[in-house]
Amino acid sequence: MLEHMEPSELKLVGRKALRVEGVGKVTGEAVYVSDMALPGMLHAQVKKSPHARARIIRIDTSKAEALYGVRAVIVGKELNYKLGLYVVDKDILAKDEVRHYGEAVAGVAADTIEIAKAAVDLIEVEYEVLPAVLNHMDALKADAPLVHPNLGKYDYVPVFSPQAGTNIPNLSKLRKGDVEKGFAESEWIVEREYTNPSVQHVPMETHVAIVEWKTGDEVNIWSSAQSPFTVRNLFCYTFKLPLNKVRVVVPNVGGGFGGKAGIHLEPLLACLSRKAGGKPVKMRATREEEFCLLPCRSALTYRIKTGVGAAGKILAQSLTLYWDAGAYADYAVNVTRASSYSAAGPYDVPNVKLDAYTIYTNKPYGTAYRGFGHVEFFWGLERHMELIAQVIGMDPLEFRMLNLLKPGSITITGERISDHSGDPAKCLEAAAKAINYGKLTPQEKAREERTGRKIGKGLATLHKAPAMPSFTATAAVVKMNTDGTVIVNIALTEIGQGSATAMAQIAAERLRFPLDRVKVTIEKDTDKEPYDWQTVASKGIILSGNATIMACDDLLKQAYETAAQVLRAQAVDLDHDAQGIFVKHRRDRVISFPQLSVGYAFPDGNAIGGPLIGVGRYIAQGLSNLDKETGQGLPALDWTFGAHGVIAEVDCETGEYKVLKVASAFDVGKVINPDIVRGQAIGGMIQGLGTAICEGYIYDEKGHLLNPSFTDNKIPTAQDLPEEIETIAVETAQLDGPFGARGVGEHPMISVAPALGNAIQKATGAELLHMPIRFEDVWRAVNAKEPIDNWITKTPTGSCRSDPATRHSSPDSAALP
Amino acid sequence: MRVKLSVNGSVYEREVEEHFTLLRFLREELGFTGAKEGCGAGECGACTVFLDGKTVNSCMVLAVEADGSEVETIEGQALNGSLSDIQAAFDRHHAVQCGYCTGGMVLSVKELLKRIPKPTVPQIKEGIEGNFCRCTGYQQIIEAVLDVSGQAESAGKGELKHA
Repeated sequence: MLEHMEPSELKLVGRKALRVEGVGKVTGEAVYVSDMALPGMLHAQVKKSPHARARIIRIDTSKAEALYGVRAVIVGKELNYKLGLYVVDKDILAKDEVRHYGEAVAGVAADTIEIAKAAVDLIEVEYEVLPAVLNHMDALKADAPLVHPNLGKYDYVPVFSPQAGTNIPNLSKLRKGDVEKGFAESEWIVEREYTNPSVQHVPMETHVAIVEWKTGDEVNIWSSAQSPFTVRNLFCYTFKLPLNKVRVVVPNVGGGFGGKAGIHLEPLLACLSRKAGGKPVKMRATREEEFCLLPCRSALTYRIKTGVGAAGKILAQSLTLYWDAGAYADYAVNVTRASSYSAAGPYDVPNVKLDAYTIYTNKPYGTAYRGFGHVEFFWGLERHMELIAQVIGMDPLEFRMLNLLKPGSITITGERISDHSGDPAKCLEAAAKAINYGKLTPQEKAREERTGRKIGKGLATLHKAPAMPSFTATAAVVKMNTDGTVIVNIALTEIGQGSATAMAQIAAERLRFPLDRVKVTIEKDTDKEPYDWQTVASKGIILSGNATIMACDDLLKQAYETAAQVLRAQAVDLDHDAQGIFVKHRRDRVISFPQLSVGYAFPDGNAIGGPLIGVGRYIAQGLSNLDKETGQGLPALDWTFGAHGVIAEVDCETGEYKVLKVASAFDVGKVINPDIVRGQAIGGMIQGLGTAICEGYIYDEKGHLLNPSFTDNKIPTAQDLPEEIETIAVETAQLDGPFGARGVGEHPMISVAPALGNAIQKATGAELLHMPIRFEDVWRAVNAKEPIDNWITKTPTGSCRSDPATRHSSPDSAALP
Repeated sequence: MRVKLSVNGSVYEREVEEHFTLLRFLREELGFTGAKEGCGAGECGACTVFLDGKTVNSCMVLAVEADGSEVETIEGQALNGSLSDIQAAFDRHHAVQCGYCTGGMVLSVKELLKRIPKPTVPQIKEGIEGNFCRCTGYQQIIEAVLDVSGQAESAGKGELKHA
């Protein structure tokens, strides 16, 4: 526990505090990039492909260029650059071939949005439509068209394994123990396949950026980005510019959820600005563009085969994950990698064989989304645990408790779980207790009789570690002002998650200052803030929290050194409170922080010290790369464990259901701010319910996205809340967490869907394998009809399941009835 | 066309293009950027403002339609540097995360409380169902509304529990 303190000693950490940026947000004063305008600013629009896959025969921009007020028009052929996070596979604008519906083929910058739109309409594009590969399982077939024939020639980060000549930009593998021996020793073998479609993040602020490329290659970028340093790094990599030429500024961001983690509109706007003579160029995606020009969450097909011993212990698991990257690898290859060390869940499994494929298709591409793959694979895993328990005749809670990780367990990558790793069993018990798991209360029985509907209760566990490089680092700078207030500079962006408030509480606690003397910057600027890798992965609290503590300590050390000279004492004899530094046993010998803040001047004018500026640097410690063949290594900064309990009420006649209660428990190590933890927990849970109940991309058989709007892609409203919500914190201190804390930004979204699926199964017997769980899916499952595939619809229909003709025969579990 | 209207009690008169929505007019011509565009299709409520005493999605109203009207935006809620009671309750209950939906949400709550001074939870849910929030999960917003409508006892149940 970095800087562990007994709860009774803590004045700010663990207590309620208002959000540091709350007033600006409730008054409408907070500025987002979408609100910004710069002098001479132009407006950009893009011409988008109406086809999933097509060859670009000809683009004629002459009419657009002739339109008054058009200042720049660009097509892909002009831009000899490649973009990519991990596999450098993307052009700024499609060149010879478009790879997904909605991909940009030309860009325009004009005086007004109206002129830019008119110009886009005047651009003529002639396409030769090519057969598209839409289904990721079909993309694996030998005769499938190649989405990227040049995959073998692309640059990539070496922890990934692109398979040249295929549609597989990454294959991550893990081998632990002897899986065949484990199956041979098993009493039961249960095998199933679980699926879910692509979904959209839906931040309320769509992607927006303003870029100006000025003379001398000075580039300024204002962006709704989660990770300003990543935008800068990738931008400079693509354009071969020195990092000190490019400045990225991020003010308030209207939600991110992973969708704004990488680089998006910035390179195109930069090229338009350069062509338009350096004027700033702004573009804000429409809601429709947010669905198909910008990335989504990958679809997944997850095959799980589990061997279970006579006593109910899991002996072996064969896990195969097929991730649908869409047209570009972006974060999908790293989601795949994260799944390769996490997809067995928080369970102790001695023998594991895991293969995780990233697969290109001709669809909008997948990126990071809150949970980074865990929402998707936990759907399958925790439904599977339920089905296993049913098969072996054990209660699902008992079955999970028997198999959970505990101190001394070895994870599938070979990490030993310790007393400080967090407590999945305690989370599961808390969630189970909160829903009165395993029985119906008299009130619930009465409700069943009154309504004629069935009530079921389900549980699901979850875990997640930050998916990040082993050497992920950050820094904090704490600067004292002449009145004793301080400014904390960190590059962790405030996208709504409450990090700025948590950091202010941590800094004030460490400095022993009241909270209102600490300001954490909201606007981030790569020229001013110290380095941070990215605002992703729920890693902010540990990395930036520790750096902030260390920066506070550094500032205090400098203050103590000056104070020691002024007070004629050794630094070791000094102590401090909010006002100043004093001699421990002579409290009247004191010097105030304002007197020390920018150096101390003696009465005769002599001066010592200087401005108090503390620097804290923190890098993840002890992590290692994973072996490419066996997946063994130490990938996890920390594991946050959790569990959800769901009570659902189902109408067995119609399949309609209602969520009555969700109880969620997370081992957060140490609560920094209870209201913020609760806000993350509830907000993530509702986002998880959206994924569980209704959200998903629907395509027609040609790969056109049919539902890129709020009319056709519903997200939860206030009417979709469960009747009751309970949020529970477990606090098993993290050894290297600030005050013992660990991250919980993503975790609440994970495993909501399987907990709901398990509750519905308990109520109805419906064996649900596909997420989202629509009412008709429940009805079909209750009536044991073949699940309908309308995600790539065929009526007008097409999506995420394989061609029924080639779908591998129904799971061949010998033990199943 | 020439449009004259009042926003938060001050009169503005501008030449405006006929196709400009009230939302664009407020944001781009008058600088009231507290109203946001989340969809441009009247679905998400981020652009909610009062038009002659009733809330509207300002992305679905033309600026010329608002000629002669009284408009009230989120910027008009805090007076003399003090938050309105609804704003203060939102702040106190952490009914805000990214903040992008917040302005519209606060105004929808104001409209609800004008109609129903002590709304039940189902009435609150109905009152804000036209305002999407992707961050908070709505629960802390509901608690803020209960609190500001004098039903703090019901709001007080919303605490993080410890196992």
